[in-house]
Amino acid sequence: MTSIVTTAANYLIIIIFAVYTYLGFHVFKKKTEEERRHIYRIQALSVFAISFLAYTVLYLHTESLELLLYYGAQTMFFLAVLIAFPMIYKNCSRLLLNHLCMLMSVGFFMIARLDLERSVRQFLIAVAGVLISIFVPVMINKAKFLKKWTAFYGLFGFALLAAVFLLGSVTGGSKINVTVHGITLAPSEFVKILFVFFIAGMLHKNTSFRRVAVTTLCAAAHVLILVLSRDLGGALILFVVYMSMLYAATKKFSYVGAGLFCFSGAAVAAFYLFSHVRIRVLTWTTDFDVLKNDSSQVSQSLFAIGTGSWFGSGFCQGLPETIPVAVSDFIFAAICEEFGIVFAICLILVCFSCFLMFVNSSLQIKDNFYKLVSFGLSVSFIFQVFLTIGGDSKFIPLTGVTLPLVSYGGSSVLSSVIVFAIIQGLYIMKRSEGEVHE
Amino acid sequence: MNKMKKEVKDNPKKQPRNNREILILTYFFLAIFVAFIGYLIYFQAAHGEDMANSPYNRRRQNQLAQKVVRGQIMDADGEVLAKTEIDDEGNEVRVYPYGNLFSHVVGYSMNGGSGLEAGYNIRLLKSHASIFDRVQNLLSGTKNIGDNMVTTLDRRLQEAAYYGLGDSRGAVVVMNPKTGAVLAMVSKPDYDPNEIGELWDYYTSEDSQGDSSLLNRATQGLYPPGSVFKVMTALAYLRENDDKYEDYLYECTGSINIDGEVINCYHNEKHGTVDMKHAFAESCNSAFVDIGYHVDKQTLIRLCKSFYFNSKFKLPLAFSKSSLAISRATTTYQIMQTVIGQGETLVTPMHMAMMISTIANDGKMMQPYFVDHIENDAGTTIKTYKPKQMDLLLTTRETEIMKEFMTAVVQEGTATSLRNSGYTVAGKTGSAEYGTKKGSSHSWFICFSPVEDPQIAISVIVEGAGEGSAYAVPVAKNILDAYYYD
Repeated sequence: MTSIVTTAANYLIIIIFAVYTYLGFHVFKKKTEEERRHIYRIQALSVFAISFLAYTVLYLHTESLELLLYYGAQTMFFLAVLIAFPMIYKNCSRLLLNHLCMLMSVGFFMIARLDLERSVRQFLIAVAGVLISIFVPVMINKAKFLKKWTAFYGLFGFALLAAVFLLGSVTGGSKINVTVHGITLAPSEFVKILFVFFIAGMLHKNTSFRRVAVTTLCAAAHVLILVLSRDLGGALILFVVYMSMLYAATKKFSYVGAGLFCFSGAAVAAFYLFSHVRIRVLTWTTDFDVLKNDSSQVSQSLFAIGTGSWFGSGFCQGLPETIPVAVSDFIFAAICEEFGIVFAICLILVCFSCFLMFVNSSLQIKDNFYKLVSFGLSVSFIFQVFLTIGGDSKFIPLTGVTLPLVSYGGSSVLSSVIVFAIIQGLYIMKRSEGEVHE
Repeated sequence: MNKMKKEVKDNPKKQPRNNREILILTYFFLAIFVAFIGYLIYFQAAHGEDMANSPYNRRRQNQLAQKVVRGQIMDADGEVLAKTEIDDEGNEVRVYPYGNLFSHVVGYSMNGGSGLEAGYNIRLLKSHASIFDRVQNLLSGTKNIGDNMVTTLDRRLQEAAYYGLGDSRGAVVVMNPKTGAVLAMVSKPDYDPNEIGELWDYYTSEDSQGDSSLLNRATQGLYPPGSVFKVMTALAYLRENDDKYEDYLYECTGSINIDGEVINCYHNEKHGTVDMKHAFAESCNSAFVDIGYHVDKQTLIRLCKSFYFNSKFKLPLAFSKSSLAISRATTTYQIMQTVIGQGETLVTPMHMAMMISTIANDGKMMQPYFVDHIENDAGTTIKTYKPKQMDLLLTTRETEIMKEFMTAVVQEGTATSLRNSGYTVAGKTGSAEYGTKKGSSHSWFICFSPVEDPQIAISVIVEGAGEGSAYAVPVAKNILDAYYYD
């Protein structure tokens, strides 16, 4: 019985998710609001359907009552988000809301399958994040001072990173976390947002050479302190975000060229200075034929992806627990193993669809500050997705960052929810002015 | 994306100018993601199975075995070489109907596995049974039947090689030089894979010290190549003296002395005045030391490297890489030794089979392979393995000259016992001295046939036997007779 349900659920989940993904792009072809709403409703139902199937399988394999309670709570949560949020903000982007719920849901059940306790913790933080994010659109709309706090964003962000450098605990060779009163935080997740606001504040009006030079120095300070903490993934994300925002603000490709030139130098230096960078780059250049006789992190990840193949081994049928840090940095490999590459490609497309929605808001906003904010957040989001999925599959060297909304990590999920809320705020702001269509 | 572009076009005045930059970067990320998805598909199609089959991924493979009855391994004619039988109590037993005959090449599946059983573990544990069967199995809770693997192995040639080698220690590899298909592979001493469970305790105990029955000598055994290496020395010389090699003459007095270092011909035989062809055919050490000594070391090193000395190649079985012990620092004596295949150069019989096949196949080195195709339990082909060329290593002229030399080995040289066998053969014998004791040597023979249109290439080593012609050549003859007359 269990095996029949597991097998059937596996294919159903893949099919539903594929339909969900397709609709996410198909919706743009629909002209009327009515047609679009219909599609959004189907998508929302898919979130519940996939969650139901996943927890059914999980229950058959664990027979844990706690799990049923957890499933109930989650369903209530998604119902609340998908119904209440559009009621409060009727101009929000329903597509983005669906994507938010779908990505979180995939993360919840994948983590629950690996470690129920952590999944529950992740869920509680996500609930808190959504509660906070209800107020974010109000802030975006009403608070005019947001543009004027530039110095605060820069100094506070830098101070947080400095605190990590000075007080942080070392995990996996890098300092990312700080523990305050028993609560472990990864401040760099929030600094990404502050950083985007800081750069937007600096460059939205004035792009003189002097201004750019000062901004670059401040940005470099952020990046450098992350490098000193050996959080190279975080440093890389801030660097790419800065280059993208600088290019969008100044329209000068020469700045990007200069930045890439400096980056090449820094990358070579990092290769020789940091042994873990060297190891990761060398692993990346190693042939698959050699990696298969190896037990490194990336090999383990590739074994999982390769064994899962196109349609996965089925939920609870693989061995994702053998992948190192499967709940966070390698959750993409864990998903590939049990749900297969077809599902994983859909997941990537959903992330990309989020990115397009982010960029879309940026394109349509006239206010240069918010335009830059939203573009900076878009790049931060999609580049982080790229680093984690690319690293897990040896497309690029491993950097060890999380998959936003999916990977385990309180700070990561909280900051990602806030980013989505900021973008929602921008949609709401523009639509209230009657200018934006999705 | 299109939507956005339209948006921008529709309202050109409304949009601030930097939308262009934002769009450029958006397209940039789009390109990266398209490339990534392409890569992921490529990875799964080209390497996914290989990764899944890693010996470091045994836990996942064992998990698959819970759901699938391991498929069969068959020879080229569909004769079963390995199958899984299920007794009344539902216990699965792996059965090898031919016992010792295919022991190393087919291998065993227990205890970590070996041979093709390990090399294609995950293939045998996948099921492409019909959807109808699979649904029925799912409903009834029975295991699916795994896919069967049809190898390129030819039972007649395997038997000829196996019985030809007799009780001697050694190894044989038989290949189709044009495709790289391995037709037979024998290693002695052998073992019965049906008894691997009972034998395991012995092989892992201290009593078994020195017993190397589990070792596949054909791919893992490292031997000095002896005169077989003269093929490489001759090729290096040809490469440097393409137009002059016919003028080469050497006066053999049974030994050669360079800077006070002396190398003798086999049994100190005086070959008299020899040209290159006769030096090769008679396997004259003195002439070849002289030839090798006049070849630029770098030419020889480059040639050997191109032939995969000191490097790995793709093979589904565990193998050792051949090592060429010659670099800038080696002494005169070591160079003199290396060019006639003595000294510290070590090769595997598999590698020598690939070397001779390359010459037989007009310089094209083919990827050795063992599996012709995979089929499901009903016999429908699931996947076919095609021959793959690894490299083009020699010119037609070089292979023609080598064929002429090797034909002379059979016609007038050290392997004349094959001269009147009713088919044409070209080859090279070798006696590789090993250890410090005088007179202990391995007997080598590599050959292909027919010379005009090579269909079969053979590499034979008989350990500690003696002269090439006396021990290894008859093994090859046994295989060739089976190939032509059975």
